[in-house]
Amino acid sequence: MNVLSDNFSLFAKGLWGTVQLTLLAGALSLVVGVIIAGFRVSPVKALRAFGTAWVTVLRNTPLTLLFFAVLLGLPRFGVVLPFRVFAVLALGAYTSAFICEAVRAGINTVPLGQGEAARSLGMTFTQTLSLVVLPQAARSVISPIGSTLIALAKNSAIAGSFSVTELLGTYKPLNELGYSIVWTFVWIAVGYLIVTLTISAVFNLLERKLGVAR
Amino acid sequence: MAREPLIVLSGVNKHFGQLHVLKDIELTIGRGEVVVVIGPSGSGKSTLCRAINRLEPVESGTITIDGEPLPAEGRALARLRADVGMVFQSFNLFAHKTVLQNVMLAPVKVRGRGKAESERHARELLERVGLVAHADKYPAQLSGGQQQRVAIARALAMNPKAMLFDEPTSALDPEMINEVLEVMRQLAEEGMTMVVVTHEMGFARSAAHRVVFMADGRIIEDRVPEEFFTAPESERAKDFLSKILHH
Repeated sequence: MNVLSDNFSLFAKGLWGTVQLTLLAGALSLVVGVIIAGFRVSPVKALRAFGTAWVTVLRNTPLTLLFFAVLLGLPRFGVVLPFRVFAVLALGAYTSAFICEAVRAGINTVPLGQGEAARSLGMTFTQTLSLVVLPQAARSVISPIGSTLIALAKNSAIAGSFSVTELLGTYKPLNELGYSIVWTFVWIAVGYLIVTLTISAVFNLLERKLGVAR
Repeated sequence: MAREPLIVLSGVNKHFGQLHVLKDIELTIGRGEVVVVIGPSGSGKSTLCRAINRLEPVESGTITIDGEPLPAEGRALARLRADVGMVFQSFNLFAHKTVLQNVMLAPVKVRGRGKAESERHARELLERVGLVAHADKYPAQLSGGQQQRVAIARALAMNPKAMLFDEPTSALDPEMINEVLEVMRQLAEEGMTMVVVTHEMGFARSAAHRVVFMADGRIIEDRVPEEFFTAPESERAKDFLSKILHH
């Protein structure tokens, strides 16, 4: 019962680890996901092919396998980075595939005429996308992106198996110290709830804000 | 009346799958000329209009604007499109921007003009189409006729060399058609080069220098409006006119 109060700093460290992984990988996945979505709707065939390959590979690879590939594979090519950075890269790349598809679905909800009007005014592809299409896609994309980021927060637990500090991993030392495994997991679950409910709240707010903007 | 050619289409062909929508189109539009394109639906007139700024790429033939051949997709094409205004059947105002922002966006982002100068110019144009009082509204708050007038102002804000109108009044309630045609008539009088795809025969008669009649992807007649409407040469045109003029 007193597993939380006795080990507060351990829990806090784990929670902070999870929050960091979620924030960094989330930011990375949003940036990469939007760019890849742009690739997938671009008039350049090579970019479209790259985008499709990116999504197909990352969306269909089990995340654990991807972790192995990044953490064990990249060092073989001379890329040696802290495990924490590797974890952010793996989580970010994996999640970016899902973000990309959510954004692409949003782009498809914007009437074709909006893009045509922008192009007829002399806007380049990038301008058309960033000034006209994406702002209008944003409203319909908010909710699925929220879900994807919640999944990311929970997926970050896999990093614990690769000795990166995060919330789920705290159960190991606590178990060794003889604390009740049930209560340990209850408090870990509460920690994840804090993270995921915060994400929900932020995205609800965003949805309401963008919903009235017209 | 010899005019310096501004838009020249030569040997233009296009298919949609099996359908041959544009067949060996030859058309020259002079500077300051108002050309109305009419014809039954499916005759290729909208495709012709959209081909001029390459919203529809064509398969063969050449299209030149002010002596420059239409470039392939990319920055050069964007630059060329900036000089050719386009007005759509469904208005296509940017739904997330106010009326004023709609008119200012391209001059600021594409032409790189200052915000203050662009706003002044935008308000002038809105004044001209009679909508300056609605500058801060969103498109969804305007009627169809008002939206289409904003769309014309938005295209004019780029100071285009020519304007393309793709059935600009076809999506409007009958009582709103005239307010849009009035703006277009004014533009024509000011000497704007215009290609207008429309079913408004009154506009064709009163404002056009030439009427181009299309059927089945071909230009069948290309004549002065008065001649075309009183004495059409082809059976196809006679048939078309008899269907639309007598009811």
